[in-house]
Amino acid sequence: MSLDKEKIKHVAKLARISVDDAKVESLTKDLNSIFKFIEQLNELNTDKVEPLTSILNQSLRSRKDEISDGKIREKVLKNSPKENEEFFVVPKVVE
Amino acid sequence: MADITNQSLNEIIENIKTKKVSSTDLTKAYIKNIESAKKLNAFVTTTFDQALDKAKQFDNKPNFNQLLPGIPLAVKDLFCTENTKTTAGSNILNNFIPSYESTVTKNLWNNGSFLLGKLNCDEFAMGSSNETSHYGNVINPVGDQLVPGGSSGGSSSALAADLTPATIGTDTGGSIRQPASFTGTVGLKPTYGLCSRWGIVAFASSLDQAGPMTKTIKDCAIMLESMSGFDEKDSTSINKKKEQYSKNLKDNIKGLKIGIPKEYRVDNMPKEVDELWEKGKKILKDLGAQLIDISLPHTKYALPTYYIVAPAEASSNLARYDGVRYGYRSKQGKDLIEMYEKTRSEGFGDEVKRRILIGTYVLSSGYYDAYYLKAQKVRQLIKKDFDDSFTKIDAILTPSTPSSAFKIGEKTNDPVSMYLNDIFTVPVNLAGLPALSMPAGVDKQGYPLGLQLIGKALDEQKILNIGYAFEKNCGFKNEIKKWWS
Repeated sequence: MSLDKEKIKHVAKLARISVDDAKVESLTKDLNSIFKFIEQLNELNTDKVEPLTSILNQSLRSRKDEISDGKIREKVLKNSPKENEEFFVVPKVVE
Repeated sequence: MADITNQSLNEIIENIKTKKVSSTDLTKAYIKNIESAKKLNAFVTTTFDQALDKAKQFDNKPNFNQLLPGIPLAVKDLFCTENTKTTAGSNILNNFIPSYESTVTKNLWNNGSFLLGKLNCDEFAMGSSNETSHYGNVINPVGDQLVPGGSSGGSSSALAADLTPATIGTDTGGSIRQPASFTGTVGLKPTYGLCSRWGIVAFASSLDQAGPMTKTIKDCAIMLESMSGFDEKDSTSINKKKEQYSKNLKDNIKGLKIGIPKEYRVDNMPKEVDELWEKGKKILKDLGAQLIDISLPHTKYALPTYYIVAPAEASSNLARYDGVRYGYRSKQGKDLIEMYEKTRSEGFGDEVKRRILIGTYVLSSGYYDAYYLKAQKVRQLIKKDFDDSFTKIDAILTPSTPSSAFKIGEKTNDPVSMYLNDIFTVPVNLAGLPALSMPAGVDKQGYPLGLQLIGKALDEQKILNIGYAFEKNCGFKNEIKKWWS
């Protein structure tokens, strides 16, 4: 199968990355060559193979559902690009 | 005293313990080297003042019973360091100052070392040549215009150029072992779960592992011992007793069974790589190891599998960079969605965007089974190949890379040719196994080449021992002229 420019624009939209029309051309070429490489996997019959979901021989641990930290609002907000005291600020969403 | 910075970490530690050098003088010697090595562009950030303070503190009240007493260390800029900028080689994190310390670096500092600076790397560790970093190419000290490998390219370059006595990198598909091979140094990717992933900027969570990069095998054992260990904050951390890798290092490998996989002889592989592999086999055989031919039939499918699994996980992990809570935010964008789209477009470089798009596509509705599920099934087959082989052998010997270091710009126009660099390293990540790259020789241009030892899960000690015996008998010496200073 091959990826056309429209498909790539759609995927870019899903990934929330704006892509210039000028760049779509080279992206299409690169991604198609990568997918050609990836599709070697179709040579293999995997009908009877279980997918590998964890590489570890242990199951994930569970822990008590309790608060282990907190009261670090200042630290959490420290790196925000636009700060307004106690909140993260984004462009206006609701009129 | 002769130049202390070209000694091994182990020798430096001995010199500190016997008070032949102070931590302050040691730190000053590295700072001097770093300042005269700007051409290599190995550092994104330096923390000299802080390092000198820590060195002074150590000298005033030394504790020689630690694994890394008074040792300054530079680390890959993928490890979050408290109050020190952490970029992951990306523009989107150009202003990110973590308020926490990664577990692995915290372990290093708890063993007596301190931070010297943050080392350049491919953006979000996605690359094999350090050419995708927002902070510029890193130069391999082996030769001007040569790449240092990637993604831990700043780490390999700084180590080989004596800008840090040892360092740490991360390895998702070869990012420790390939740069180690390109610079004539030692690099170890531990078993998945041995070193905590907490506080490391995530790329592909089921593959990422931190590990040491050092000048010698002994140094590698010291660093692994210092950085590894169970961590509650990483849900995939293995809870087991801590090992004393350096104390238990032995060079007797008599009777060990070494597997030689036929699938690692690939088309167009330079003759020198093959010859080096032969040399490695002979050294191990002469030391009393037994060579056994094995087959890992799904090896050729490892890279295509990786280029589904890794981008899929990356696209999810990198969804967090939205310009809202931290990192870069675009000045453009009228509404929220447009702000996200512009931020991510301006913040990420081309290779990262490519991989996010691949990952988004293979996980998108209607394509999941054909790509992601298929890849997980093939990953199972790749793991089974190793499991089957390890019932009859102790370790596997292969080349680390299909070639030596290449020139800057040589492979940037063809992503697939760049990906092929990791052909021998990627299968190990998919199977979660430990693997060591050790320097073994040079090609006809004089550029270093490495051999890889793959072990069973949690069998780090054994591959370190084999590497230790190999190192003593290989006669490799890294001859790097300091042309940059």
